[in-house]
Formats: sequence, C-alpha cells, structure tokens
Amino acid sequence: MAKRSAPEVNAGSMADIAFLLLIFFLVTTTIETDSGISRKLPQWQPEDVEPPIIKQRNIFTVEVNSNNQLLVEEEEMELSELREAAVKFLDNGAGTGDEACSFCQGAKDPASSVNPQKAIISLMNNRGTEYGTYIAVQNELVAAYNQLRDREAQRMYGTTFKQMEKNYNDAGFNGDKDALKEKIDVIQNMIPQKLSEAEPKS
Amino acid sequence: MSKFKKKKSGDLPAVNTASLPDIVFMLLFFFMVATVMRQNTLMVQNKLPFADQVEKLDKKDLIMYIYAGKPSQRYQAKYGTEARIQLNDKFASVEEVQKFIYAERESKREELIPYLTTALKVDEETNMGLVSDIKQELRKAEALKINYTTVVGDAQQNVD
Repeated sequence: MAKRSAPEVNAGSMADIAFLLLIFFLVTTTIETDSGISRKLPQWQPEDVEPPIIKQRNIFTVEVNSNNQLLVEEEEMELSELREAAVKFLDNGAGTGDEACSFCQGAKDPASSVNPQKAIISLMNNRGTEYGTYIAVQNELVAAYNQLRDREAQRMYGTTFKQMEKNYNDAGFNGDKDALKEKIDVIQNMIPQKLSEAEPKS
Repeated sequence: MSKFKKKKSGDLPAVNTASLPDIVFMLLFFFMVATVMRQNTLMVQNKLPFADQVEKLDKKDLIMYIYAGKPSQRYQAKYGTEARIQLNDKFASVEEVQKFIYAERESKREELIPYLTTALKVDEETNMGLVSDIKQELRKAEALKINYTTVVGDAQQNVD
C-alpha cells in the first residue's frame, strides 16, 4: 500500500483572521496622552487666618462674572487683550532700591507693580461662570508668564524657557541636566507664577 | 523517462507568503500591548475646553481622573440635566470626592503618592460653582497637584 502522508491543514486563512484582529486593535488604540494646564492648589487653611497685607499696586485683579464677561482692574476687557495687559502689569518694574527690577522693560508706571516677584494676579470668578471661559482666562494668564519667561531665557541663555523645560523632561537629552535645572530655577525665581484664586461669589 | 525530472526553469515561482501570518501576528501583538482601553465609561458629556499653554500628562498610572458635566443623553431621564461629578463608573456627590482620593491613594504604592496628580476632565459648559466645590474638596484631601485637561487649540474658541 502506498504510504500516505497526513493531509496538511490549510493555513491560508490564518492571515485573514490575524488581519481582522489587527484592524480591531488598530482602531481601538489611543496612543495620545492627555494634556492640560497644570496648577497647584493652595493648602487648606482654617478660615480665621489673617491674609497678608499686599499693596494694591501689586495686585492685578481679574474678575469674571456669570455672563462670562471680564473685569480687569475695574475695567471691562476682551479676552484677547488680557494677555497683553497681564504682561504689561508684570513687566512694569517701577520698584526702586530693594524692590528694583533689573530686567523689566515695562513703562515703570508708579501705579502698577514694582517687580514680577511681588506682582500677584488675583483671579475671581462667579459660581455661574462657564468652565470654558475660566480655562481661557487661565490660559491667557499662564501665557503671559510664559511670554516673559521665554523673553528672559532668550536674553540670558539664548533659548526659550519652553525649550529648556522640554529638554529637562526629555529622558534622551544628553546635556548637563543639573545645570539646566539651575537655569530653570533662576528664571522661575525671577518671574514666579503668583496666581491667586479667590473663592467664587455666588 | 527519468524519475527525477528537472523543474522547468522558465516559470516564475510564486512568492512565498507563508511568513505573512507571522508578520501580521507581530503587528497584532504590538497593538494589543500598546492599546489602552478606556478605563471609565463616560456617563457625562465631556467636551473639553481649548488651551494652548499645556503640559503633557505622562505616567498614566499616577493620574486620578475626575469627570464632571451634564449627564449624557441616555442618563438624562434618570439623573436630570444638572451638571454632576463622575468618579470611576458612577455619579457621585461633592462629599464623595475626598473618599475617592483616599481610596485611590490606598491603591498606589507609598513612594508614588507624592507624585499623584488629579486630572479634572470637565465639560466646558459646566458652571464654575461645581468646579470650585471639587477644588475645595481636593484641598481638604491634600491632593494639591491638579491638571485641567484640555484639548490643544486656541483658547479664544471657548468664548465664541
């Protein structure tokens, strides 16, 4: 009798099945990571703590009402002008003596902030304010800080602050990370993000 | 005729596709491993606002998600249209935020706890009242690192 080999299983459709699964996982995959505005909340404090006294000229008040309208330093303003106004306030640098600002390029208006280190942006919103508007305002204020930081980083180290932070967080960056961290700290100390949020009014 | 007949040499041999499944399987395994299935089923509308001064949130295991917004269409009959908080897979009240944070901390390794970040995924039409209530609770729970998750884009679009 002739020797018969076992018939081979036809594996031609295996590729089809694998493709099917592949396409399913391709479609369901989301490799993108979330991104957003990072903030740090202040510590929880008992109600009866006296707030520190801050000179009015060093406070930049931004209020948003329940109709999503902006009131900046007691004047109505459009969102598109907010960034410029915030930069102008932070960069004013009217201080003298101990409070002098060596790098400010602002108008040195005596009614405005003395130094970016002293300047505080106070943001107050209403309980009825829309979250989208709130984020837009936050975004503009952070942008104002970033703009100044970028300018100073460009002047002192020839690169932008954003790039420095990106390099610092990049695991593949082959440079001196400690020196970079120091530079970042210098800039952050020069222009600290002092953004205070009051509890919303109802 | 000889038993060992020589093959005709003129014909083009068919391309061997036997290794095709292997290649496809390799890709398949890559995508299976890289896939992150959605952890939570969204029960609220979640149209995130736009912003361009954003930072990336790496390390997904160090993030606690809090969702807020109006209940989705199919839950509206039961829960109404008032904006609500969603923790894990169910609606929650403001008071439950603290418990949620503590429970999340419990589930993480101790050395990672200082690096935990809370991501607020809030619908852009939500009122700030709810958001600041959440923030107050987070402050009480000492979860101070937060991130307002946004879509990258021009912030002006939020207002228009």
